[in-house]
Amino acid sequence: MPQRASVLSPTANLTGGRTLLRLATAGSVDDGKSTLVGRLLFDTNSVLADTLDHVEQVSRRRGLDRADLALLTDGLRAEREQGITIDVAYRYFATPARKFILADCPGHVQYTRNTVTGSSTADVIVLLVDARKGVVEQTRRHLAVASLLRVPHVVLIVNKIDLVNYSEDVFTAIATDFALLARSLGVLDTHCIPVSATEGDNVVTRSHRTPWYDGQTVLGYLENVDDTRLAVGSDLRFPVQHVVRPQSAVPAPWAASAPEVNGDYRGYAGKIESGRVRAGEEIVVLPRGSHAVVEAIDTPDGPLELAVAGQSVVIRLNSDVDVSRGDILAATDAPPAPIRDLAATVCWLAERELTVGARVLVQHGTSITKAVVKSIEGVLDLDFEAGTVPCWRPNATLALNDIGRIRLALAAPLPIDSYREHRVTGAFIIVDDADGWTLGAGLAGSTPLTAISASAIPSEPQYPAQQQGKGPS
Amino acid sequence: MTTDQLRPLTELQALESESIHIIREVAATFSSPIMLFSGGKDSVVMLHLAAKAFWPAPIPFGVLHVDTGHNFPEVLQFRDEAVEFYGASLKIASVQDYIDDGRLRERPDGTRNPLQTLPLLDAIAAGRHDAVFGGGRRDEERARAKERVFSMRDEFGQWDPRNQRPELWSLYNGRHLPGEHVRVFPLSNWTELDVWDYIASEKINVPTIYYAHERPVTFRDGMWIAITEVTPVRPADVVELRSVRYRTVGDMSCTAAVLSAASTAHDVITEVGLSQLTERGATRADDRLSEAAMEDRKREGYF
Repeated sequence: MPQRASVLSPTANLTGGRTLLRLATAGSVDDGKSTLVGRLLFDTNSVLADTLDHVEQVSRRRGLDRADLALLTDGLRAEREQGITIDVAYRYFATPARKFILADCPGHVQYTRNTVTGSSTADVIVLLVDARKGVVEQTRRHLAVASLLRVPHVVLIVNKIDLVNYSEDVFTAIATDFALLARSLGVLDTHCIPVSATEGDNVVTRSHRTPWYDGQTVLGYLENVDDTRLAVGSDLRFPVQHVVRPQSAVPAPWAASAPEVNGDYRGYAGKIESGRVRAGEEIVVLPRGSHAVVEAIDTPDGPLELAVAGQSVVIRLNSDVDVSRGDILAATDAPPAPIRDLAATVCWLAERELTVGARVLVQHGTSITKAVVKSIEGVLDLDFEAGTVPCWRPNATLALNDIGRIRLALAAPLPIDSYREHRVTGAFIIVDDADGWTLGAGLAGSTPLTAISASAIPSEPQYPAQQQGKGPS
Repeated sequence: MTTDQLRPLTELQALESESIHIIREVAATFSSPIMLFSGGKDSVVMLHLAAKAFWPAPIPFGVLHVDTGHNFPEVLQFRDEAVEFYGASLKIASVQDYIDDGRLRERPDGTRNPLQTLPLLDAIAAGRHDAVFGGGRRDEERARAKERVFSMRDEFGQWDPRNQRPELWSLYNGRHLPGEHVRVFPLSNWTELDVWDYIASEKINVPTIYYAHERPVTFRDGMWIAITEVTPVRPADVVELRSVRYRTVGDMSCTAAVLSAASTAHDVITEVGLSQLTERGATRADDRLSEAAMEDRKREGYF
């Protein structure tokens, strides 16, 4: 049985102030991603004896002399049989400070689809390179996707550092390449760590074999990376999920709080996607634009004076404005203008291609709107050389794993934010009207890839008659 | 709370809010959802979250129990009490009825867990349920780790792990063709410890057999099996009276106990944190059938 680097009791200080951090992995085949993830699970005591027994048995069957931690992340039968990873898998581990949800994204097949999916909710991208190879084409692609999806933090794991004799020079050269690339792509915050996932160097414990490295271990970095942006984030966005209208008070012996419920209780249930809201504050109801004042923020645990991003609550308003599912309650300061001409960057996730004239559905917040593809303006060329940035090339269609610029005409005005400022209410998915399949991931407004937005094809709306307001920019 | 004291939500606050968001999305976008409810701890937590999601209005859908006929009597009693406590309405699909009239046959190994699939699919079809909530968690088993929160099932109830829709941001896509339905897992991102933390902090009642109690057991195939009418004494058994509890509550024929002195939720949290075995590995004979036992059952329409 391999040695655990440390025994971290997941029970210490249980619910206390522990927060949740969402991670997504990215890397090419054979960068040792599965081994790193296995090592993190193993060293945080998230793998228990029966699972480990299984891994040891399989390792022995395959003629290995020690447990292959990569096997901890095998999921489906086909993956074990073919020795490949097919789909995004979710892993869970925790320390006394934080719980981590890790979206483990396969490196090869459909890499864009998987990385986009994992990145959409990630606070941190854990990106791997092989120390013997350094920054490669796949690294550039993954980092471009992370930048596009505005993942706040990227940590580069320079793995297999043991295979370059723990060389400081090799690490420094890779870290320098990476820093240049990150800057050119407009990545917000990066960090580099020399690691041997197989040997456990700098994963959970500091390695004495890299005395020249005085930074954090991988786990130390993940435990300390700043996660305050959620609470102090931007303006209020509250997509209304449903209208709560109880006819009479229902006994709720399990609830701490019982509001005065009579025939005219009317509350709006939803999750605050960004910003915060206070009782007594004025808000605007989108897309109609009517104003109202928040009378109360109700929860079964008692009323709140203030609710923040991430919380699910029921909001009551002081006036009889018309509010229904699909509407967004927003801060009165700079709310998004409802538009019918939507310019967006789209990651195409389906086998069937997107063509101009296609009729699709746009799912945004809690609303669904019919849409027609008016134009496809270009596809992002991710095969860019070191020292350059990706550029757009004209293309008539979008194929699986393409990232493209498109314009959509919407059947109803949509109060959509620019994705650059609002990672949730600037996002939408494209859905097939016939069979319901999720076809694409959309980022509204100008491309979030700062460095390359200048090269975007300039676009005048081709159907100004339908335009109802200024689009997100 | 003042502005400069703003902090990110705690882990449990974030998980609770995510689950409530999921449950509300389903109620708002499907015509006839139903929630699976066995009385087990995960399904009680899910029902508690449903009650919170729609408060101060009642839960707008019913709950369904697929009763194998081999359930622990303590759990059945708890099931009925919990349904009343949360103001829900209960439907029961009975495996025993299917065995009695010949639609299902008892398996040679005596376990009835795999037999639940047919009554479940029939109940879904009969009630025209287009969304079915399940309490499955991704940390439970390796096939589950790859399943979406909204998991599409074809008209035979089958799950196709290689053909799943990508699930991005918190934009859940439940559109489906007639005859298909969607399984929804609001607890996807919870771990066994999270569930117990939440039970402790919300003071949620769970069946008594989750806490330490004395019962006659025998150590068989590496697991502590209770002596019941479903699992009678075998010649080689050494029967002992031990202090045990259950980590999972399934069919009596294939659910084992663990030795334990944990008599409160806090004791259980300490014990689970120190345990060297996974929840299903310690107590579920049905998952030991093969390397891909769970994956195979899920493909056929199991939870």
